[in-house]
Amino acid sequence: MGDIIATQELSGAYRAAATPIVIVGHVDHGKSTLIGRLLYDTDSLQDGKLAQIVESSRKRGLAVEWSFLLDSLQIERDQGVTVDSTRIPFRLGSREFVIVDAPGHRQFLRNMITGAADAEAAVLVVDAQEGAQEQTRRHAMLLRLIGIRHVIVLLNKSDVLGFDEAKIVQAESDVRQLLGRLEIEVEAVVPASARDGDNIASRSERSAWYKGPTLIEALANVPPPTSRLSLPFRMPVQDVYRFDGVRYVAGRIERGTVRAGDRLAIGAQGQIATVAEVCRWHAPELPVAGAGESIALRLEPDLVPDRGDLLFPADDKASAPERSARIRTRLFWLRGEPLRVGESFTLRLTTAEHDVTVASIDAVVDLDDLTLRQGDEVPPDGFAEITLAASHAVLFDPFSPGMGDGRGVLVDRHQRIVGGAPLIGPAELEDGVHAIHPTASRISAVQQAQTRGHKSGVFWLTGLPGSGKSTVARAAEVSLAGQGVKATVLDGDTLRAGLCSDLGFSPEDRRENIRRAAHVAKILSESGQAVVVALVSPLQADRDLARQIVGEGFHEIFVDTPLETCEQRDPKGLYAAARSGKIPEFTGVSAPYEAPLSPELRLGADRTEAETVSELTGFVLRVVQP
Amino acid sequence: MTRTQTLAEPRVMDDLDQLEAQSIFILREAYRKLKPLSLLWSLGKDSNAMVWLARKAFMGRVPFPVMHVDTEKKFPEMYAFRDEYTKKWDLDLLLGYCPPVEEIDPSLPPAARSAARKTAGLAAMIDKHKLRGVIAGIRRDEQATRAKERVFSPRGAGHRWDVRNQPPEFWDQYATPYEDGMHIRVHPLLAWREIDIWRYIEREGIPLVDLYFAKDGKRYRSLGDQDITSPIESNATTVAEVIAELESSKTSERAGRAMDHESEDAFERLRVAGYL
Repeated sequence: MGDIIATQELSGAYRAAATPIVIVGHVDHGKSTLIGRLLYDTDSLQDGKLAQIVESSRKRGLAVEWSFLLDSLQIERDQGVTVDSTRIPFRLGSREFVIVDAPGHRQFLRNMITGAADAEAAVLVVDAQEGAQEQTRRHAMLLRLIGIRHVIVLLNKSDVLGFDEAKIVQAESDVRQLLGRLEIEVEAVVPASARDGDNIASRSERSAWYKGPTLIEALANVPPPTSRLSLPFRMPVQDVYRFDGVRYVAGRIERGTVRAGDRLAIGAQGQIATVAEVCRWHAPELPVAGAGESIALRLEPDLVPDRGDLLFPADDKASAPERSARIRTRLFWLRGEPLRVGESFTLRLTTAEHDVTVASIDAVVDLDDLTLRQGDEVPPDGFAEITLAASHAVLFDPFSPGMGDGRGVLVDRHQRIVGGAPLIGPAELEDGVHAIHPTASRISAVQQAQTRGHKSGVFWLTGLPGSGKSTVARAAEVSLAGQGVKATVLDGDTLRAGLCSDLGFSPEDRRENIRRAAHVAKILSESGQAVVVALVSPLQADRDLARQIVGEGFHEIFVDTPLETCEQRDPKGLYAAARSGKIPEFTGVSAPYEAPLSPELRLGADRTEAETVSELTGFVLRVVQP
Repeated sequence: MTRTQTLAEPRVMDDLDQLEAQSIFILREAYRKLKPLSLLWSLGKDSNAMVWLARKAFMGRVPFPVMHVDTEKKFPEMYAFRDEYTKKWDLDLLLGYCPPVEEIDPSLPPAARSAARKTAGLAAMIDKHKLRGVIAGIRRDEQATRAKERVFSPRGAGHRWDVRNQPPEFWDQYATPYEDGMHIRVHPLLAWREIDIWRYIEREGIPLVDLYFAKDGKRYRSLGDQDITSPIESNATTVAEVIAELESSKTSERAGRAMDHESEDAFERLRVAGYL
């Protein structure tokens, strides 16, 4: 092999794939308007489209609204915001582009990433007068983390500054400084007005001093994607088929090339097989395949790899992938609640899936100035450097912009994508640190629900001592069992008799008591049970902690029995003891109780015990029954 | 520019090669992750290309059933085509029928109502076969709300599309069903344009219903029900001529589809309720 065996002429003219360009930036800095202008000036609009836009704009009492070209959803047009990203083809000379419009609102960040992730280049639209805003910084950070190498900055609305050279040079220098901090190289900074068309497709007379490219020229200069053909071979196994007695190992080549006769190592186990045949259907028969191709391999011996096993050259130790159970990553976090140490996820890496736990949050990005700080949690839509611990060694290649390597994605146990985690490299263990590698259940919430016939949840009853939490919880436990629901009650006294017998009633100890109860509730809930927690839990901050620990499926329920009633009942004689000073820091008497402001359920004292029990049972059933 | 290929080197992938490889990847993901799975075969050019891509993905076969949701108002040529290629391609064909139009929301404009009828037929099929995955041949360039779609697009209870809350989708990681009763619409052709489909049909020699080619100066550019699809002026009688025509045209493909033009939001309302 290696010599030229034959030469074949493939039919027709070679057409390169379109180059995707994403347009990003802060809300109202003019992204959609820019795209409308770009398509109009390059004559890329379909017949009738302009008339449609004029009509839709007129109906809403607006002048011609360019953004309607892309903001096709009713909500987008009515509210004047881009909700989801969209893409439209457009051509410059002989080169095809795809313009991706990404929303600028923070709440639609996941849609921005969806649009931007496979772009070759980005146009970052910045209002020349306002300068970089919060979403400008967030988007710039994301461009770096998702690995976009070519960034063009458009200083939009430069007409508001009268295209004044001094002001624009200042604005340019501010943006360059910001992007420099992110190690993003800027291809061009173009002073422009999307609304009027200055420096978009044609050079503006209003900025005679400007010698750089127009936007169109800058786009035409974006180089084509780097070829991955010459890199060491990688193919993650996507699936293994057996058709007509032949076993096919199917996958897409991430990089490099593979030939019949190559010796490949398979996954972390490292078994070795030789490529017997490169298989395709209805395609030129070639004994070789390269990066980007979806193919199937026949292996000799006829091994059966697992989905996710990485195939790589067996005899080239120097180019072997990294192997580590602790991995440093740069995280972009997409969940509505913060991320904390100890949470477990599935790390998806192309077709591989690994159980991982957040071992540490090493630094959190401060979005005001894009510096790294210490932090205990990653806020919603935040960025951080974190270390993931897997239960076994993971094979990976570190993330590199423009490559497919190291593109980790975190998925929660509900199968939802909650973050992107470009893998930077193996994490070294610090001396003296006892590394923990927690494991997560392989049974998903859906499977648990299917087995048990009902879903799980944590029902957190808070209320004054003597308000009846444990009584109601225990009675509900019985009636739920009668309905076929597996319920467990965690009540304060029972916990304090065992698991928490080392704790007292100081604020710190109360908080620790709640922390432990919440973790136990979470474990039980993940095993598919309905968990009813009956704890005074007097402080909102502590209940919020419990909510964070449990995560989704936490329901706060207020057993709202007034202090007088509790004191009157006083089943354990505690109020009397507290009043006489025998019990210090007694909630309601000598320690505060903060009633929940918006509990999901309020169980009032104006009802009989039986009514209260049936109300609680009914609430739990509504949550857990399919 | 032409390219020279040697057998010792991998192919230099052109635009169609890249689209094809990505579609194969998507189809293989769907087959692995979504069971039961079925492919919607509308008998049009896009879904024929899609069946073809499935055969590419699975070494010449389609390892899951294909589904035709029949409005019983298609052109006779389409039924003949269906019968012929079900045999030739060895397809496991599931047939479904649509409820009478009287059962459909009368507040919709007439053509949209007719489309909603198709949605009801599709919903019944999904429920009957308890499908977790439905492969559909929609493309972003067809219609502006389709442009906002995901490759794996979750449908919740009642098959509704929650356009305001679509999951993130990046780096080839797709959503899988996370609740009972959900299904995923899989869109392997989302990134293809009309002209890409035609060029692929030409390159691969994929068979088509004759209605796509001109007779007496007219041809169909898009095939729906007989009563709501109209032909365009054209003299293109071969795939190559259709490609040449498209290269010089700036008219939208769905211009001949009545339902797209009845009201601004007609199409979005249909799609939210489960239309393709």
